[in-house]
Amino acid sequence: MCKKLQFPEGKIKKIIGQCITITGDDIDTDRIIPARFLKCVSFNNLGDQVFADDREELKGSHPFDQEQNKNASILIVNDNFGCGSSREHAPQALMRWGIRGIIGESFAEIFYGNCISLGIPCATSDKRTIQNIQKNILTRPERIWELKIKELSFHSKGFNYKIKIENGPLEMFQTGRWDGTSQLVAQTEKLNKKLKTLPYLNHFKDVKL
Amino acid sequence: MTDLPGGSTQLFVGLHLIHEVTSPQAFAALEDKGLKVMCPERTIATVDHIVPTVTQERPFSDPLAEEMLATLEINCENHGIHLYGLGSGSQGIVHVIAPELGLTQPGMTVACGDSHTSTHGAFGAIAFGIGTSQVRDVLASQSLAMNKLKVRRLLFEGELNQGVYAKDLILHVIRTLGVKGGVGYAYEFAGPAIEKLSMEERMTICNMAIEGGARCGYINPDQITFDYLKSRKYSPKNHQWGKAISWWSDLSSSEDAIFDDEITFNATNIEPTVTWGITPGQGIGISESIPLPKTLESSERFIAEEAYKYMNLKAGNPISGVPIDVCFIGSCTNGRLSDLKAAAQIAKGHKVANGVKAFVVPGSEKVAKAAKKEGLDKLFQEAGFEWREPGCSMCLAMNPDKLEGSQISASSSNRNFKGRQGSASGRTLLMSPAMVAAAAIKGHVTDVRDFINKQNQ
Repeated sequence: MCKKLQFPEGKIKKIIGQCITITGDDIDTDRIIPARFLKCVSFNNLGDQVFADDREELKGSHPFDQEQNKNASILIVNDNFGCGSSREHAPQALMRWGIRGIIGESFAEIFYGNCISLGIPCATSDKRTIQNIQKNILTRPERIWELKIKELSFHSKGFNYKIKIENGPLEMFQTGRWDGTSQLVAQTEKLNKKLKTLPYLNHFKDVKL
Repeated sequence: MTDLPGGSTQLFVGLHLIHEVTSPQAFAALEDKGLKVMCPERTIATVDHIVPTVTQERPFSDPLAEEMLATLEINCENHGIHLYGLGSGSQGIVHVIAPELGLTQPGMTVACGDSHTSTHGAFGAIAFGIGTSQVRDVLASQSLAMNKLKVRRLLFEGELNQGVYAKDLILHVIRTLGVKGGVGYAYEFAGPAIEKLSMEERMTICNMAIEGGARCGYINPDQITFDYLKSRKYSPKNHQWGKAISWWSDLSSSEDAIFDDEITFNATNIEPTVTWGITPGQGIGISESIPLPKTLESSERFIAEEAYKYMNLKAGNPISGVPIDVCFIGSCTNGRLSDLKAAAQIAKGHKVANGVKAFVVPGSEKVAKAAKKEGLDKLFQEAGFEWREPGCSMCLAMNPDKLEGSQISASSSNRNFKGRQGSASGRTLLMSPAMVAAAAIKGHVTDVRDFINKQNQ
């Protein structure tokens, strides 16, 4: 059963918790959440299904099944994590399992944007640092870490790593404006102007031949 | 439209396309926030991912699939959105139907909760896939927050040889630049080899830009674009047509445009290309062998090792001759009329090899109708292929079309990820529709050019 969880809201300044590591480049969204679980009209049950096929294959030894990781909230990954489909079901499944922040070498673009809109910071660091962090976590999975947004740091007792978060999302998390619908909706005037001036919405009437 | 806090830009969305998989949660979130759909006439819906392709009678035998379509129908009804449903004559894969209805036009911004929205860039549109939260945003505001992309121009000299298709060109790009080579970029495809291609071929190329990491593919609109759009349902008509062409023509990247990056390819050097691994970047020419670890960059070896194991294919062995269980022709990459014709040309007069299951899934009801008019359904059936109803089918197997166990498929679709085609141990080899047809007949991966050479003799 999935844990009872509070989802991100408002300002996000830091994420404190245990870490879990998934090793490998180009982990695609079909692996994070196989397509058959997309047959749903709500995201509610996705937490149990995250990495379903990989977990099935490893019969209990997958990181997401290991007892010591069950409370982890920070996911450490490698290069091009989340490539493939645009399915928001992928970050939704991670979030509903308990993940609140991700640190990796790099992220695929649509996945990255989907994480921002759920309030899940995706921080990056170089290959060597990530591999160090992963090694560290595998040795001491019970260790508690702190991902600090403004300070761009990821630390635990005796360890301190520099991380990067793009300026835009950095500001959005700190101000709590990562959920952008209201800002977009507020621009009605500009939107109406666009609707009245775009040639293809206005029978191309102002276009000169 | 305007700059947003955090440095992104609010981008107006000219055409919003929705389907049953990524929209229900967006409508629910919209209703939670008490918001309405701002411009219902700028959103068009269809159903594609979950539809069965053997019989499309309602209710579907899968109650989850039925619930998803029923939810889409209710959402469209409640919010005044036009749905091209089953039997409407225009239902099909969202990236097939929008172009064929003339909805996708040069200069538009197109968004859809599906990564293969990059397809529409073939028309000189800015088109990209979005997540469900962004679908909600577009419904609420007809706009979304977006960061500016850099543009990399991929210039293709020469021309594609006979038996080499648009699919081979894009698989070649992805194997060369990698699956993350395009992250942060839009890929603009240009040059003499691209200018010669039909709109359907151009769509195949832009469709898979995302597999190279580029969120958008783009091709300058030209006379071929305009000829394709003329007289389609939503295309400008009468006196507007000339004005539209005038506006569209002005949109092209000019001769002296500056790009963030440019890479030149020679299309003449590309051969039929097949993937052997578990990412679309793990591709090789049909005459090549599965790469040995020592020939790969160190960063590629880890996933290559994973691929040899998963695919149960041996490094150093030729890809030609790998036995095939299932052959799938269809998808938003290669489910259009010209794709079916290219495959039919190979299948004609032959029989599918013993023990191979082969099926053809038209990309839309319109494609199906046009193909039947040309007798392609009969031709395929006589050759031992099954002829199905339109949908996404086994590209992502959210419907009854699935691989079983560790079956290996020759597939004209776009992704060969682990488990992609519905079985957790199923294996996918991506290739052009003509190559899939050739594999179906031989029962193993083979060079389609041998068929064409024989036909020419």
